[in-house]
Amino acid sequence: MGCGVSRLDANGMAIPARLRPIFLQRLEEIKLRRQNRHLNAGSTPSKKELLLHAMDDDDNASHHQHSPRASKSVPSTPKKGDKMSKTEIYGKENGIVANIINNNNNKDDDVVAKESNSIGKGKNDPKESAIEGAKANMKDEDDDGNERMIGHEDDDAFPGSPSFRVYFKDINGEDDHIDDNGKRDAFKDAVSSDDGISPMVVIRREEDMLGIVRQRVACKANPVSSLEQGIRLIASRAFSSSAKEMTVRDALNSALDEEMSADPKVFIMGEEVGEYQGAYKITKGLLDKYGPERVVDTPITEAGFTGIGVGAAYYGLRPVIEFMTFNFSMQAIDHIINSAAKSNYMSAGQISVPIVFRGPNGAAAGVGAQHSQCYAAWYGACPGLKVLAPYSSEDARGLLKAAIRDPDPVVFLENELLYGESFPVSAEALDSSFSLPIGKAKIEREGRDVTITAFSKMVGYALQAAEILAKEGISAEVINLRSIRPLDRSTINASVRKTNRLVTLEEGFPQHGVGAEICASVVEESFEYLDAPVERIAGADVPMPYAANLERLAVPQVLISSCPYINYFVF
Amino acid sequence: MAQLTHRTSSLLKPLSFATRHLSSTTPITIETSLPFTGHNIEPPSRSVETTPQELLKFFRDMALMRRMEIASDSLYKAKLIRGFCHLYDGQEAVAVGMEAAITRKDCIITAYRDHCLFLGRGGKLVEAFAELMGRKEGCSKGKGGSMHFYKKEGGFYGGHGIVGAQVPLGCGLAFAQKYSKDENVTFAMYGDGAANQGQLFEALNMAALWDLPAILVCENNHYGMGTAEWRAAKSPAYYKRGDYVPGLKVDGMDAFAVKQACKFAKEHALKNGPIILEMDTYRYHGHSMSDPGSTYRTRDEISGVRQERDPVERIRKLVLAHDLATEKELKDTEKELRKEVDDAIAKAKESPLPDPSELFTNIYVKGYGVESYGADRKELRAVLP
Repeated sequence: MGCGVSRLDANGMAIPARLRPIFLQRLEEIKLRRQNRHLNAGSTPSKKELLLHAMDDDDNASHHQHSPRASKSVPSTPKKGDKMSKTEIYGKENGIVANIINNNNNKDDDVVAKESNSIGKGKNDPKESAIEGAKANMKDEDDDGNERMIGHEDDDAFPGSPSFRVYFKDINGEDDHIDDNGKRDAFKDAVSSDDGISPMVVIRREEDMLGIVRQRVACKANPVSSLEQGIRLIASRAFSSSAKEMTVRDALNSALDEEMSADPKVFIMGEEVGEYQGAYKITKGLLDKYGPERVVDTPITEAGFTGIGVGAAYYGLRPVIEFMTFNFSMQAIDHIINSAAKSNYMSAGQISVPIVFRGPNGAAAGVGAQHSQCYAAWYGACPGLKVLAPYSSEDARGLLKAAIRDPDPVVFLENELLYGESFPVSAEALDSSFSLPIGKAKIEREGRDVTITAFSKMVGYALQAAEILAKEGISAEVINLRSIRPLDRSTINASVRKTNRLVTLEEGFPQHGVGAEICASVVEESFEYLDAPVERIAGADVPMPYAANLERLAVPQVLISSCPYINYFVF
Repeated sequence: MAQLTHRTSSLLKPLSFATRHLSSTTPITIETSLPFTGHNIEPPSRSVETTPQELLKFFRDMALMRRMEIASDSLYKAKLIRGFCHLYDGQEAVAVGMEAAITRKDCIITAYRDHCLFLGRGGKLVEAFAELMGRKEGCSKGKGGSMHFYKKEGGFYGGHGIVGAQVPLGCGLAFAQKYSKDENVTFAMYGDGAANQGQLFEALNMAALWDLPAILVCENNHYGMGTAEWRAAKSPAYYKRGDYVPGLKVDGMDAFAVKQACKFAKEHALKNGPIILEMDTYRYHGHSMSDPGSTYRTRDEISGVRQERDPVERIRKLVLAHDLATEKELKDTEKELRKEVDDAIAKAKESPLPDPSELFTNIYVKGYGVESYGADRKELRAVLP
């Protein structure tokens, strides 16, 4: 995410008193966890570490004296002489944090004591399970095999890599409960140094903080598939009572199969859709079943075969054009927009184009800048197109069927990393006449405090974050957009009118993104209902890097712990 | 051999064509102006079978097209036509010859120089003029404009503004025809400027791979906007550019040559897959109405072509040579056509501009009740069907 610097508001208070202790505690947890991590990994503290330590109180002033260069040769160790806070964090016993630094200057010691006691001790603590899970994962072997699916591996595999998005409030010395000057300078040094701190340090606006303070947690699920899956499993149990599970891949395959058998005019065209059984095996088995006239392998000529598909649609057939990824659709974008989307309008209804353009969209794992762009915003801007982005298997089945049956050009944005994911499907969804309405979003999870809109893979992330927020007592409503164009503005607005806060989440570039449109729509229609500015979370405003740690930085992530200065961050 | 079946001119009466002694279906054989040149294919013969009826129809159709384009020129200068206006005068033989060789079930798709092809496919003059002027009665209800004439029931698929895009679309139409087992062909027309487009070769490759009944027709008027063909293409022999795809070079100013070539191409495409036809033709106007047409070619060249190769003149001479009509009759026909065109223009001028609600129609076939907004979101909005 980007960096922004802002000021305290007139009240000078960053955090409501009742939440301050939790905040402070979280900061400690994080710092110590990082220290611990470095101990485990044997590396020297990154600039981040210093940054964190810069926020320590002056008891630990020694940290300030570490210059970046000096620190590189000295592994950081928590000093035994550090004052221990009243808060014994269970994490300490579990090895997550090695030490606890007391940064607690506030007036509400009683509250602190109460809160920390209740927080730290109980093993039943809901937060603990998340942390436990994280801890368990940290001790896990690195994931094998599912690299592609995860994409954002366990940080411990890469020592020294920053694993948190740490948001610091800008302290300008006016805040009465934060002793700041030294920290601020150190912070500024850190940020302005060439050591490349990052896009991860973000300073949130005061108003944001106040506004969203209740939501502040964002937990880093140091997660890797098991936790993710665990959470998903928990979340997914809310979906349906059917035990049948289906991967997105199978869902798409079955949808294509059924639509092709129902209507002889439907045919599939694309690279490797036939003999290769599909580059991602989505069209597996279809060549054998329907023959080469209906499952057409093309040469690597996107502009050519997209034009041929659109021409066939002009004549009345119903092509399904597969792009190996939507990045390649840029070769053919003229046909998608000028030949397909606009034809019905330009011909005043004479030439309709019942075509579907489908393929994986957005970032995969380690595929680099030219293969990782999300095109939802680009295609979503064009009148005449319909743009769909399924998340679960039910979405995939229902929306693809609706798209194939639709008489207008549909851009169907799948996600490579979701192909292998299993989701429960209801019996209704398995029926061959099943389809989902286009232009209707789905509320994946009801909530009261904040609305999170997402599409495609990010819905999973939103659900994870909602789980974690729930443990903090923040009830998040997660909307799975399903349809980027037409955008279900009424559902989004109704939700925002209920919760009064909005966070938009997407994987693509932030500028002119889907989140920008949703924000504009909500501001236009539900401005009075907003209690805080709309928070927009998107991919980093950079071409996708290859290095795993940078790639992780370039897409939204789910974080675990909050800290006093992490106002939030949700993602 | 331009030999007539026997007839004495004294039997001719200067009356309407219908009373000609020569039955209108008596076959006439006409030699094309030039022999065909083939690439990887045996060219068809130079002798074309035709009938007086067809000959006169050619004259009438081409004269009508010519008249329409000239009238459009005046309308554009009178600012009744806005934006782009690409005129086809000089190239009428291609449209008319092609129509004669095919049926309405065969598809034609072309780029933006589409007025006359639209007419050939059964479009009405009023529809054409109204569309040019952006009126409700236009063939695209005024929402398309000069470059977006369509007549689906006539097999005319437009009308495309992006140079070269129509060729893959045409191959797609051919794909669909083959898929539906229709025994019809598609003529995908493009100019010498578009002949260098990559997507053309992509589509041609696939058409050849899959034996699609696609006929690629290059209307080579020797200038791609302002760039002469020798400046744009290393190899201006466009009929040869298909390499493995056979090609035929045709005199595009001779309607009968065009007819013969298209007939030949249709038979070929139905059996063997794609073929390229290069029509050697010429446009008198510039690229569009904003192009005077003289910065990249001399007026002598234009008038030279007009004198020697004009397609309408050619048919006129043939008609006169075969004594199918007198000079006067032909002139009368032209006057009639002029009047027809003027009436159509008057009628089109009366047609109102589209209703503002038309801003939001036809965006989708099925709109799902979604709202669509105009520039001022509060003022202008509509619910799509």
